[in-house]
Formats: sequence, structure tokens, C-alpha cells
Amino acid sequence: MSPRLPPPDADLVERRELLDAIGMGRALRRMAYELVERLGHEGDAIYLVGVRTGGAHLASRLAGMIRESGDTPAPTLGAVDISLYRDDVFHGLPKPEIGPTELPESIDGRVIVLVDDVLFTGRTVRAAMDVLGDYGRPRAVKLAVLVDRGRRELPIQPDFVGTVVQTAATESVRVMLKERGEWDRVVLRERRA
Amino acid sequence: MMVFPHKHLLGIERLAPEDLTTILDLGDRFGEIAARPIKKVPTLRGKTVINLFLEPSTRTRTSFEIAAKRLSADAVNISGASSSTVKGETLLDTAQNIDAMSPDIVVLRHAQAGAAALLATRIRASVVNAGDGAHEHPTQALLDCATIRAHKGKIAGLRVAICGDITHSRVARSDVFALAKLGAHVQLAGPRTLLPAGAAELGATVHDRIEPALEGADVVIMLRIQKERFGAPLFPNTREYSRYFGLNERRLALCQPDAIVMHPGPINRGVEIDPAVADGSRAVILEQVARGVSIRMAILYLLGGGEAGAE
Repeated sequence: MSPRLPPPDADLVERRELLDAIGMGRALRRMAYELVERLGHEGDAIYLVGVRTGGAHLASRLAGMIRESGDTPAPTLGAVDISLYRDDVFHGLPKPEIGPTELPESIDGRVIVLVDDVLFTGRTVRAAMDVLGDYGRPRAVKLAVLVDRGRRELPIQPDFVGTVVQTAATESVRVMLKERGEWDRVVLRERRA
Repeated sequence: MMVFPHKHLLGIERLAPEDLTTILDLGDRFGEIAARPIKKVPTLRGKTVINLFLEPSTRTRTSFEIAAKRLSADAVNISGASSSTVKGETLLDTAQNIDAMSPDIVVLRHAQAGAAALLATRIRASVVNAGDGAHEHPTQALLDCATIRAHKGKIAGLRVAICGDITHSRVARSDVFALAKLGAHVQLAGPRTLLPAGAAELGATVHDRIEPALEGADVVIMLRIQKERFGAPLFPNTREYSRYFGLNERRLALCQPDAIVMHPGPINRGVEIDPAVADGSRAVILEQVARGVSIRMAILYLLGGGEAGAE
């Protein structure tokens, strides 16, 4: 048999840029500010948990910005890997690389902010909440995303959003990050007809 | 991206080095689940794993059962004593009846070499060989490699001594295949009556005394004498065997100062291994058991993927 192929990326063409590096930095700073404003006075440090891999990089950047603001205790930073919790693990997708879930402090009774790059169907967030449920019982779970592209398939809404964009089902949003050796930018792509 | 192009896990011999690395990497990841408050992920929910153990086993069967359950698969255990084989049913009839119940994976332990391979040709489910006679025990070799890699950071270039009853040991065969594929220098040692003909062709150096095998070893794997697999005695008595082939502190000193001591279990204290060594700081025997669960999770995960492909 032939090995499984990666998701078809080659037939996607770039349609337009949603955010450049400056825009991305500005959106993240605004999110960091809102996080401090709304959660920074709860007593505990803000607990950011990134969804691997894009969300984990963004959570780490937000944590840096919150730390620099100095308005609240240094945030706690964790990451979850959802590959074992996906509802489509075996639906013809390539086997994902499984990364570790790292929650440096107990999540019991804490307010957890899940961080992801793109919010689309909501299935990733649903899976991330299932992971958290296996580690403890947070007091509340909030959601922060850089891009909300709509087209939800589950009743899930973000609490902190960098930018909102209307998209078609044939389009895809890609967040490029310098942590992955790319220029910081967000682009809208569409499947070649 | 991870690709595992096999439907069954029948032995190490037919796997590529990259397949071994895929399983080891994934096993390292799954190890983390054992440390969680809820040691369970939903990945294989709705899949059925049948553990068909037609030869006695506690460790391996329990390990497979825990691995399946930690991935949320439904595990059903059938052991020799409770199965229809005692009523005269053949392996293939048993297997076809099990297959009619649509399991996804059948884990087979059987006293006959080749039993798992035969089963794989007759049923729709994926087959995992959990030990077939003196042939192979692939998951044991994989967990041995995982343990070695965790301690030494690598496998290539290491000197690994495997000592004891080589002839009757499926662990030795699978270990030699796996370690050779991953680039280790394997030394086999045992009394001549327990060294198989042509052992050197497996890719190992063969010694009929234990000392030269231990000389400078980074890893020592001690094997049990499998009395149940041979009729006439192949060595005078266990005291003499222990004197010449048992691993004690004095012999351990021949190895590298940071050598680790492994054993697939069950151990016979005072025969192949001195209690002081088995319980000493160099022994990683219980860690092998712990890693066995995560390695078996990795295998069930890779084979449970349905479309992962046929061999």
C-alpha cells in the first residue's frame, strides 16, 4: 500500500492577506490587554493553555505580553495536545504527530484560557475541553483565538478575538508564525477550482 | 507525519528501522498518559481488542489489557484454560469464531511459532503477535528498545549483551532483530546447549561464556531458563548454571560503569540473576514493565487506525 499523504496543500492558492506582522502583533497586544483587564484581578495568575501547535506559540506570546505589562502576577503557561481526542482521528487524515500535554500547575478551581490560532468548526476546542476534563475541574474555561473564521459546527464562542473574518467553506485560513520559521502573517486561501 | 504501513504486527524481522522508530517515538508520548489523574484518552473508543492468550501469561496480557483500556478500546480476554481449545477446537476455528464477532484487533499468544502469521491470513482483524513459541515477541523487543533509548539516549553503537537461554527465547530473537536494525552491537551468551545453531547469522556475536559478552556492555539483558520448552535437561543443575551464567555484582563490574540491567520477566532469583543485582540500582526491570504499556498503546493506536493500510 502507499503511505498516507499529507493534506492537500498544493492546490490551495492565496486569496488575500488578513493580517501582516504588524497587524498580528497589534491584535495579540489587544488580546493580552483584554485578558489582563477581565481576568487579571481574580487573585490567581492568568492560566493560558495553548492548543498545539499554533495555539501554543500564541499562548506563549500572550504570556510574554502579560508579563511585560506588570499589571498582574506572571501568567501560568501550559499546552494541550488534542490529537488523541479528535472525533476524526481515523477519518482518512494523516496520523498526527502527538505532542505532550503540559499543565505545570493543577487546573482545579482555576480560570483556564484556551488559546488557539483559528476558530473554525469548534471541534478542536471541544477536544481541548475534553483534555482539560481529564486533568481536573477548572472553575471556568475561556477561549482566546487570533482568527475567528466562522462556520461553526458546535455551540462554541470565543471570549477574546484578534480578528473576525467571513469565509466560505472552500476557503482556509492559515496562520504563519515565526516560531515555525515563517513570516508572521495570516492569509486566506482558496482551493483551486 | 507518522506513517505505519502495516496491518499486523507479527514480528520485528519484517519491520523497517523507521517503523521501529515510529513506534518508539509514539510510545514515549503515550508514557505521559500514565502520569495523568485520569489515565485514559478516547482515541480508540468503540474499537474491540481481543486478547487471545493460549499460553500462560500475566504480565503481557495485563499490559495489553491496560493499554487497550487507556485508549478507551473494549478489551476482552480469552485465556487458554477458559477457551474452547480445551474442548478440542483448533486455533483457526477459534479464530474464525472470534472474527465473526468483528473485533478490530486480535492479540495472540500461542505456543506454536508462526501461529500469529497464520491467523493474520485467515481473519479480517489486525493481528498482534504477543509471543509465538520460540519465534518472536515483538512488543517485548520494542519495550526493551524504548527502555534502552530512555537511559542511553540512543541505540546505535551501544554494546548490548543478551545472556541465558537463547535457543528457547522469542525475546532474544526479537531483541536481536530490533537492536541490530537500530545499529547496536549485540553479544549473545549462554551454555552451548542453549545457543541456537546459526545464531551469528542473526547479526550478533556469539559467546559460550558470559564474561566476554559482558565486557564493556552498555546494556545487559538476562533471560530466564525456559524449562517448559525442553524435555531432557540441557545443563547439569541450576546451581551450576548460576555459578557459570548467573549475573552477580562481580560479573556486573565487567560492564560499563553506567550499564543497565534488564530482564523480560518472570525472573528466577538466584538462577540467572542474583537478587542483589535484580534489586540493585542498575536494574530497570520494573521500568520495562511500565514502558510495556505505552509501547502497546502505540501499537494498538497504529493498527487501530483502520485505514493504516495492509501489509
